[in-house]
Amino acid sequence: MSIWVLRGLRDGVVTTRWPARPDDYADTWRGPARPLPAVADPDPDALEALCPTGAIVVGGNVRVDQGRCILCGHCVAQRPDVFAWSQGATGPGAAALTRNHLVVPELPETDAAVEAARARLRERTAALRRSVHIRHVDAGSDGSEEWEIQALLGPVYDIHRLGVFFTASPRHADVLLVTGAGARGMTVPLRTTYDAMPDPKIVIATGTDAVSGGLLAESDKTTSGIAATVPVDVWLPGSPPSPFGIINALLLAVGKLAPDTPTRPATGSRGGRRSR
Amino acid sequence: MMTADVKTLGDDIESRVDVGDRFAGLFATRPTQDAPITLSAHLATPGGIDTLEASLPPGAESYPALTPRLGAAFWYEREIHDTFGVVPEGHPRLAPLVRPGSPEPRALPRHVTGYGMFTIPHGPVRSGVLESIEYLVETPGEAIPHLNMRVFYKHRGVQARFAGMTPADAVLLAERTEGIASVAHALAFSHAVEQIAGCEPPATAQLIRVLHAELERVANHLDVAVRLADAAGLAVATARFALHKERVMRLVSRLCGGRFGRGVVVPGGVSAPPLLPPAQLRAELDRLAPPIAADADALMATSSFLDRLRGTGPLTPGRARQHGALGPIGKAAGFADDARLTRPYDAYRTLAVPPARPHTAGDALARLRVRWEEVDQSFRLLRQVTDDLAERAPDLPPVTCPPARGRAVGWAEAPQGEVLYDVSLDAGRVTRCHPRSASFHNLVLMHEVFAGDILTDFPFIEASFGLSVAGVAL
Repeated sequence: MSIWVLRGLRDGVVTTRWPARPDDYADTWRGPARPLPAVADPDPDALEALCPTGAIVVGGNVRVDQGRCILCGHCVAQRPDVFAWSQGATGPGAAALTRNHLVVPELPETDAAVEAARARLRERTAALRRSVHIRHVDAGSDGSEEWEIQALLGPVYDIHRLGVFFTASPRHADVLLVTGAGARGMTVPLRTTYDAMPDPKIVIATGTDAVSGGLLAESDKTTSGIAATVPVDVWLPGSPPSPFGIINALLLAVGKLAPDTPTRPATGSRGGRRSR
Repeated sequence: MMTADVKTLGDDIESRVDVGDRFAGLFATRPTQDAPITLSAHLATPGGIDTLEASLPPGAESYPALTPRLGAAFWYEREIHDTFGVVPEGHPRLAPLVRPGSPEPRALPRHVTGYGMFTIPHGPVRSGVLESIEYLVETPGEAIPHLNMRVFYKHRGVQARFAGMTPADAVLLAERTEGIASVAHALAFSHAVEQIAGCEPPATAQLIRVLHAELERVANHLDVAVRLADAAGLAVATARFALHKERVMRLVSRLCGGRFGRGVVVPGGVSAPPLLPPAQLRAELDRLAPPIAADADALMATSSFLDRLRGTGPLTPGRARQHGALGPIGKAAGFADDARLTRPYDAYRTLAVPPARPHTAGDALARLRVRWEEVDQSFRLLRQVTDDLAERAPDLPPVTCPPARGRAVGWAEAPQGEVLYDVSLDAGRVTRCHPRSASFHNLVLMHEVFAGDILTDFPFIEASFGLSVAGVAL
């Protein structure tokens, strides 16, 4: 109907240009908690007790495992001298290529491990950079992660502009975006979907639940994260992760964005535009 | 809390439903492995939630089923059977509901037989970005004489996880029980804790709770509009409502840091005041509301869209009343029991909640009409809230909710309908918590609404229910 043609023009272009151009909302996004540098705290037990998911580990210095952080803010509210929010959809608090890399400040050995993981991923994804197809599987999410992934198809994030598309068939999929802690009822469907995808394939654990189980402890109902079922390449914390965080994880997965770098233009071409 | 005999529990509930109370849930508990099982039936009354308790005799592994006379107990009794193995005798179908049975391939059910009948299994991994659920559609090709649902795939064991948590941690789990209705779940849980502890949140905190609850409602209803417009292939309308939804979620994140209002509601009050001053919030709301209303009007004037919704997925008023259908599904079929009006909590007790218009068509179109009216109602409430907040001191008194012992039922009106939390506390810990989402209570009705509808109506019916699987399988 013609009324919709006019309504569609009403707000002009609302689509973000991120990551090619800075976006305030992406750059000021509140990510998982992080410890402030150089804190000498006398009481590790009290600090560790602040966290309902056991993300705070005090041994020598204070570390936060952002893969366990559900962003409840208990630690930031009660000990603002020790903890703060990380900021931005990239950089500290964003997706990582190894599970250990989500621990801040970094564990000593992770730099080399990250480089190795990146090299392995680059080798596998060399063919994927211009057109990437995603299959999503919910393995026991709370429902909010699906909203944030659906937002990528909306006018604001519009990931088609980056050459990224969703597909119904795992046969067409390059990336498996998995949400949820790993409900045992979904173990077989998840594994079947993974096996149905052609090589090379990339798995993104989307959200703190998928990374570590979050508030759900391992039980006869759920695993603590999806790594128990499928091999994970990219670990994305957040409860749920923001749409910008998911885009960042996707770009990291296909080698379009370096991890832990501040927002900068994507390397490589924007070939996806032509395919719109 | 009233005690009843397990043999006459059905009579007791029936006589209460006959005088106008609504059956709101049936849970079972077994405090220890050897203790007898106790059934708790919840009844919604104009003033609150009444609970009838009936214990099975020690060692008994069965009781007379309620479902044959009280259809709404159908899924509740299957859940009890899944969890405790206790058999409701006379129950029509005791297949696994919330807990997966054996992981072996399951035979496709065939309830309808006849020439050319076959079953289409759809799920749990479905096309599109959706939660895991399996629909088994029995069809001769187009019509849908029978639908089966397997909801257990994403059962997470949320209910068992509550035990042993402090209320401050448990409210975080409540928020993640049904993630798209985080605020309502946190409210229902907190109301139960506050009732046990006998504490009352400060007036400013009550207003902030309503602020987040209503923004959550608007976001959810816009999400339904996105899905309906998408199902009808209206690309511009889909994009427009997705844009509005994104704007609402960004406003929420500017108020509290997260896009789902998580971490705001805590037992005893709220964790922090909104990050935006009331005047700026008011300006944002005034910018947000008119384009939503204008696009909603345009959608409701798009005849090709209305044709797909009119008469689709009808629920009769009689069935809605009998089942005690919640939220927009009930309201669209003439059964409106909105907890904000009939059992008001927090600032709803003082705010003027505009009454809803009556609907009786019960189809997908009526459900969408109800949602647009609720969006309008939400913005009116939000304006009242911002005006009230502007007159108050911006700082909040510290949250006080002393540890206590006892049991209470808390409730809140989620965008999907009433959420119930049956909570027991002891020594500052949750000993038992049974959440019941509106999605659990309502989804079972989807079995019944395919009269005259065909396969291509399915996405409209599913979207018009607007439920979350996370809230069903827990």
